[in-house]
Amino acid sequence: MPKQAPMNPRTRSRYRKEVFFKGLALTALLMAGLFLIWFFSDIISKGYSAFVQAEVLVEVQFNEQSSSNYQKAVNKKDRALVSRGYLRTLPMYMEAHPEIMGTSEQLWVVAGYRVDQFLKGKEHHRLKKKLQRHVRELEKEDRIRLAFNTGFFLNGDSKMPEIAGIKSAVIGSLLVLLITVLFALPIGIMTALYLEEFAPDNRWTQFIEVNINNLAAVPSILFGLLGLAIFINFFGVPRSSAIAGGLTLGLMTLPVIIITARAALRAVPDNIREAACGVGASRWQVVWHHVLPLSLPGILTGSIIGLSQAMGETAPLLIIGMMAYIPDAPTSITQAATVLPAQIFTWAGEPIRAFAERTAAAILVLLAVLLTLNAAAVWLRKRFETKW
Amino acid sequence: MFDDPHANDLKVCDLNVWYGENQSLNNIQLDIIANEVTAFIGPSGCGKSTLLRCFNRMNDRIPSCRIQGQILLGEQDIYHKDIDVVQLRTHIGMVFQKPNPFPKSIYENIAYAPRIHGLAQSGSEMDEVVESALQRAGLWDEVKDKLHQSGTALSGGQQQRLCIARTIAIKPQIILMDEPCSALDPIATGRVEELMDSLKNEFTIIIVTHSMQQAARVSDHTAFFYLGELIEYGDTNNIFTTPQNKKTEDYITGRFG
Repeated sequence: MPKQAPMNPRTRSRYRKEVFFKGLALTALLMAGLFLIWFFSDIISKGYSAFVQAEVLVEVQFNEQSSSNYQKAVNKKDRALVSRGYLRTLPMYMEAHPEIMGTSEQLWVVAGYRVDQFLKGKEHHRLKKKLQRHVRELEKEDRIRLAFNTGFFLNGDSKMPEIAGIKSAVIGSLLVLLITVLFALPIGIMTALYLEEFAPDNRWTQFIEVNINNLAAVPSILFGLLGLAIFINFFGVPRSSAIAGGLTLGLMTLPVIIITARAALRAVPDNIREAACGVGASRWQVVWHHVLPLSLPGILTGSIIGLSQAMGETAPLLIIGMMAYIPDAPTSITQAATVLPAQIFTWAGEPIRAFAERTAAAILVLLAVLLTLNAAAVWLRKRFETKW
Repeated sequence: MFDDPHANDLKVCDLNVWYGENQSLNNIQLDIIANEVTAFIGPSGCGKSTLLRCFNRMNDRIPSCRIQGQILLGEQDIYHKDIDVVQLRTHIGMVFQKPNPFPKSIYENIAYAPRIHGLAQSGSEMDEVVESALQRAGLWDEVKDKLHQSGTALSGGQQQRLCIARTIAIKPQIILMDEPCSALDPIATGRVEELMDSLKNEFTIIIVTHSMQQAARVSDHTAFFYLGELIEYGDTNNIFTTPQNKKTEDYITGRFG
């Protein structure tokens, strides 16, 4: 092997610098990764327990007495363990099913939140000593269990943590998102098309362009004020409703959609426009037959990212009253509604400690939805991008 | 307005073109002879591509471009306000420097223009239009088994012939070619040149080229441009053997450019 020439000092110092900057960049990456892992493990460790829920097996009496006083439906000893939120529903249930009157049934029913927290080994359970002993007895008889928490997904909000769920918030979020999509997507794409393909390049369009870029950087809470002023005060859209929220978030997402759609349109090579022009396509045909289909994957990717941002948004919705207490899911876009992030915010402020795990679990659900949306965006781009 | 059977002659009268403040063509006078190949040669920036793009009003796409003078197609000034640009471009087709097939199937590349202009009434008629265009562009045998594959998957030379097929599918009178071989290898270039020779019976071809050998090989008439002016125009043989102007001689003998 030939002997290696001694390294030039300048070259050596360049290599040293390279190693240093590489190390710096790697450290930054590791830091970001660590914070992400920390965040996820914290949320998951706090939230996973909310996906199970304590239930007790009790004898439920359906009779006149229990329908006038629901406390009487379960014997006194077990009653203290059962959620009052469950017992409260019994009179209505009996009214709807008169044939069961006078019978009794062994049922797994939702336990109170103190029992739930005690069973999950949380230190802040504050369950009375006497009841703790009772829980231990029931455990021996297999009359108490931790079961999958269907109520978390099927119930609306409640002041009782054991029966509080995310259903109304999820439905609210879906309605809001639907309106945002219907409002912002067509307007955003058409605006981008006009600015990119048709508008003359003059001061007026430059002014519009600068303002769109500025709007994308406006703090989201200001869009709440704008929504309040325009939609609620001027157009009289009902407060707290999904339509008010959707339109407001639509305003907020519009600049993002316009900017990403313009970038996608600009990415279509000009020689495609020339080719179409050259065979006698009109300007509209050039756009409609060639440019728009080619840029659609990019437009959709950008729009999905903008919409997922809107879905995680809370601040503007607080202003238009969407942080409401909504026990029953809205059935129309004009009813009062709330959204998932607003629900998280509300629960995070609840004094009862049992809400903490539900807050974390709701965050997990929101994160899962957002990650799914973003994954869909990546998939769309990969699947439909044009290879040149 | 384009029904005149002798409408194939192109006549350029006192044409001036500006891009913003820069004048890029200066008082051009030129008669293009029908069913011949005319080559525009000259150093970069001499205005030959600008003139070519005036013929199908491609320059309309550039906001800063200003045009004065006339270009007559037959009797009709193509810059007259009554002229519909979209219609004009079906009479004057164009092949670009870089092959630019649509990122669609080979079939769709050809069928697109006849479809938007309503040139085929049925699917079988369209099949014929596509086949005949590909035949005449000398591409049929290479692609007949893969008509539904993407046009962008073809080689560069095949893509350029696909673009030529796409242009002739709508039966223009004139085909403009803007350095059609500059992105192609010599073999593909040879095939395109053969194609031009066979197409000139049906079409008037105007080609902008940087290669003087190509101009000499394919064209019947040659126009030499320099700094926005038409320096010399005439029979290709004469231009290349006995140029009248000193600048032409310097250029074709390789003293500049």
